[in-house]
Amino acid sequence: MNPFELICPAGNPAALRAAVDAGADAVYLGFRDETNARNFPGLNFSRAELAEAVAYAHARSVQVFVAINTYPQAGNLAPWQRAVDDAARLKADAVILADLGLLDYAARHHPELRLHLSVQASAANAEAIRLYRDAFRVRRVVLPRVLTVPEIARLNAEVDVETEVFVFGGLCPMAEGRCSLSSYATGLSPNKQGVCSPASHVRYEPRGAALASRLGGFTINVFGAGEPAGYPTLCKGRFVPGGGASADPAYLFEEPTSLNALELLPDLKAAKVCALKIEGRQRGKAYIAAVVAAYRRALDAFARGQPVPSLDLDAMVEGGSQTTGAYTRAWR
Amino acid sequence: MKPTLTLGPVLFNWPVQRWRDFYARIADEAPVDAVVVGEIVCSKRAPFLAPVMDEVIGRLAAAGKEVWLATPILVGSDRERTAMRDLLECDLLPMEANDMGALALLEGRRHAVGPFINSYNEATLAWLAGRGAVAVSLPAELPAAAVATMAKMGTALGLSMEVQVFGRAPLAISARCYHARAHGLHKDGCQFVCGNDPDGMPVSTVDGQPFLSVNGTQTLSHGYLALAAEMDRLLAMGIRRFRLSPQDLDMVAVAKAFRAVLDGERSGPDVVAELRRMTGVPLENGFFHNMAGVAYAGAPAPAA
Repeated sequence: MNPFELICPAGNPAALRAAVDAGADAVYLGFRDETNARNFPGLNFSRAELAEAVAYAHARSVQVFVAINTYPQAGNLAPWQRAVDDAARLKADAVILADLGLLDYAARHHPELRLHLSVQASAANAEAIRLYRDAFRVRRVVLPRVLTVPEIARLNAEVDVETEVFVFGGLCPMAEGRCSLSSYATGLSPNKQGVCSPASHVRYEPRGAALASRLGGFTINVFGAGEPAGYPTLCKGRFVPGGGASADPAYLFEEPTSLNALELLPDLKAAKVCALKIEGRQRGKAYIAAVVAAYRRALDAFARGQPVPSLDLDAMVEGGSQTTGAYTRAWR
Repeated sequence: MKPTLTLGPVLFNWPVQRWRDFYARIADEAPVDAVVVGEIVCSKRAPFLAPVMDEVIGRLAAAGKEVWLATPILVGSDRERTAMRDLLECDLLPMEANDMGALALLEGRRHAVGPFINSYNEATLAWLAGRGAVAVSLPAELPAAAVATMAKMGTALGLSMEVQVFGRAPLAISARCYHARAHGLHKDGCQFVCGNDPDGMPVSTVDGQPFLSVNGTQTLSHGYLALAAEMDRLLAMGIRRFRLSPQDLDMVAVAKAFRAVLDGERSGPDVVAELRRMTGVPLENGFFHNMAGVAYAGAPAPAA
């Protein structure tokens, strides 16, 4: 029996099959609209595709979680409520929600449906998690990336709600669901539209031998000749703290780096974390297959008490660098 | 019901003497009805304010202000949890919850929901009202259509609905301290460098374009959110509380200007012009007008 469930992303049916085949215990996905926090063009699932995904996954004893984790628009709750209704009807194993009103709706209309609290709700303490459990019967909380492993351990000792943590992929340096940086620069936000630093507002601008990446009206980074140009995610850009111009701008919020918490498996087990989550619903099936298979091998080795194989994932991490992020105190 | 002018908590790390003097002047001179106090950004700063907290609260109350205590935005570490629990032991003042943990502990007590709890729609308002909230301060990123719907539904639920009308828009909170990081320090050994920037640390783009403002673990807009020209529209929607977030400028003058708009003595655009004379910091109202938050829509949009 493995101490961890492996929760894997799927942005389309091919990625879902790849994740299932590579050893996911559960796959999470969203509908093709603003109800989920990866509302990108060409991604996500229709109702029919969810039905097929559930059939494919359940036939292989893999669960399907549906993320409905943006904040419903005032005066237009129906798309979010319908998403919950349809996820329940199509036999999803859980829905992942963030909004208080939508949690209330799901708890009242679908008492049998398993509710997970999205990272977008940013529930970072035992008091908050107990409230979600008592008010809505939330069974699992995806923890925001603000806690160290010792803090997670103390939290799990206090509250009898399952906890799921991100172990691999993109990394928000801000508390999730409490960030309107993207909205400030572009008008489109994770909470409202399910997008962050949207491609519709991105431009690349040659400047001599250099290349500037822009988001809305702001330059997010300038890459020298030969330096790989990254996507201008707002919080991963170079800025000038203190204001003014500088020849030496800094990655003030976060470097273009990826989370990889593989080395923390023993600590996460001791902290009684029950599920490990891979970020990346926007990724292609080849990436999903490689990352999920690598994590599957690592978790199986760990469960057998064998040395955890080092992952050959360097090519798959943003900017080629990895971090254990907020799980270690020095990150702060 | 008479509209309420609320002064939000000081977000920045001001020396305790300055903090106390600021509230003394607010008590004596600012035409605000409600004052929310408390260190909500960083639990490391709170001990500096503690020795004068009772004095400040007493002075504001004696001046007839309705005083609220605000709970911290981010409560994750042991220190933050302890700070939140200590704060909630005070049962003499109504509380403004900025985190779901605080909201949990406030069940059965008179409380408001602060702008850092995600209230995005009427279903959430109904749930909050059902648990005993008396007022809800809306997140800054909500557009006018959402504000209108929530003002109407919230009022029907018995909630007093609030919108921030002045001050830098809070954009993000983190476990990481960007002030410390910018100075090559760790949060644990931060030397309280955030105290060097009483209005936030300016952050510009590579091109030198002003963009954001860092306040320790918090990131704010560079510009001051200013909805002076939108006050009539907000009143018509049913908004009854108007929040001013303290910045490093004459907040008594700011309060008098917004009060004059509420009292029908001055026009919103006139106050916008005065704000522009008071500060070189750009004004912003883009969130409300369903644009990028950084924008300023010059002409008020037609009524919803």
